[in-house]
Amino acid sequence: MSMSPAHRRYVRRIFVSMSLYIATLFVAVSQFRHGHVEGPLAWLLALLPGLCVAGVFWALGKLLAEETDEYLRSLLVRQLLIAAAITLSVATVYGFLENFGLVRHIDAFYLTMLYFIGMGVGAAVNRVSGHSGGRC
Amino acid sequence: MENRLRVLRAEQDWSQQDLAEKLEVSRQSVNAIETGKYDPSLPLAFRIAELFALPIEDIFVSPARRSSKAI
Repeated sequence: MSMSPAHRRYVRRIFVSMSLYIATLFVAVSQFRHGHVEGPLAWLLALLPGLCVAGVFWALGKLLAEETDEYLRSLLVRQLLIAAAITLSVATVYGFLENFGLVRHIDAFYLTMLYFIGMGVGAAVNRVSGHSGGRC
Repeated sequence: MENRLRVLRAEQDWSQQDLAEKLEVSRQSVNAIETGKYDPSLPLAFRIAELFALPIEDIFVSPARRSSKAI
């Protein structure tokens, strides 16, 4: 299946974001583990991995804006809405469970992982419903 | 939405890919429109109609007209 130019740019942006994420996470973890950082540098190192992952959401937004094929765009919108619905539903339900002391606290960045899993579910829903354009 | 796109394409001896290139959309889009899984926007419907030099209603079947015929 050939990729649209917008989708090729999206893949490139994801590759850059995830490469930077791995690099900044490696640096941050190693520096914090050795206790070398404090003050503004500590903030910067702690912020960078998260900002790199935020780059994935920027890339998704750009894909939505740049994809000229309206059908593929509609599939992407459905995929992202399914991911958002799953993530926000789990976050809300889990938040109440945590608030009532029934489950342990989980770091917020796991929601991002859940969102990516939700995108996979969204792509599967597109496929099962007979739409085969979901490629994210 | 029911349509005659597959028939019109076959009359021209075009593949889905040929039609997709002429309309500047993906082959998946052409397939989804032909099988009625996706209703094109008005601008795309006009592009399709202009490509085949036909009025839109000669390509796409109005759902209202179709249901009134069924009654």
